[in-house]
Amino acid sequence: MIDIILAFLSTVGVLSILFAAIGIMRMPDFYLRLSVTVKAATLGVGLLLICAAIMFPDISVTTKAIAIIFFLIITGPIGAHMIGRAAYFSRTPLWKGTIIDELAGKYNEETHELESDGKDTKGDDKDQEPNVAKTDEETE
Amino acid sequence: MIKNFLMNLLLAGIWIALTGSLFYTNFLFGFMMGFLILWIMNRNETDQRYFYRVPKIIGFAFYFLYEILKANVQVAFDVITPKYFFKPGIVKYPMAAKTDFEITLLTTMISLTPGTLIVDISDDKKTIYIHVMYLSDPDAFVRQTQTGLERRLLAILR
Repeated sequence: MIDIILAFLSTVGVLSILFAAIGIMRMPDFYLRLSVTVKAATLGVGLLLICAAIMFPDISVTTKAIAIIFFLIITGPIGAHMIGRAAYFSRTPLWKGTIIDELAGKYNEETHELESDGKDTKGDDKDQEPNVAKTDEETE
Repeated sequence: MIKNFLMNLLLAGIWIALTGSLFYTNFLFGFMMGFLILWIMNRNETDQRYFYRVPKIIGFAFYFLYEILKANVQVAFDVITPKYFFKPGIVKYPMAAKTDFEITLLTTMISLTPGTLIVDISDDKKTIYIHVMYLSDPDAFVRQTQTGLERRLLAILR
């Protein structure tokens, strides 16, 4: 029974890491690459660590695995959020198939403050162009 | 609430000390026994929140695991097949979560679900901007997250 659970969990974990690796090569733009990689890697490493914790009946292995999973879950999404935010500031273009960009024009260009609602009233001639690429080559 | 939780941990520790094996299944069994004992002992108390909250937390963990697996299968299918099925977009999402702790948990959970990524949180902590991979209808996505993940999360926290 334990063997079946271990085999299932480790297979799912390894497959999700594999798909993340393929996803880096295949995804068309930066945000999609980030989106695919971070979650799948977190899930895959987490599942493999759970396997290790179940397999070794040693309390030190279990506590270490739990601690690593905890810090992985805390730090992974925050790292992804900061990288994505920095990419948006440096005007990395979105994929050409992007259907909506509600974040366009919401940033204050000087202070990097973000407003939650309403159009920005400070600069009317500011470019409100959504930062979406026209061709595939721009997001390579 | 917190007193009940510490009491429960103490009962689980006593169970481990009596049986003498510190393995995760034994700990879980001891925790369940302690929960049952506390429930029976506290059934006349007015503060019953702890006993509703623990099953809710377990249910939420399974719900979240199911969501992650479902979204992972969707993304994995899109990665390995030649055609792209996704419609990405950045959506504005008005939060019902107020405190920093609620916002942190909510954003972590949204970020951990494959296909969604937090791009930024507005400075007055009212809205978050989410980059979604499968966005056929922005309003439907916002409604789905509000009634699904956020409502369940806030039901546990409040």
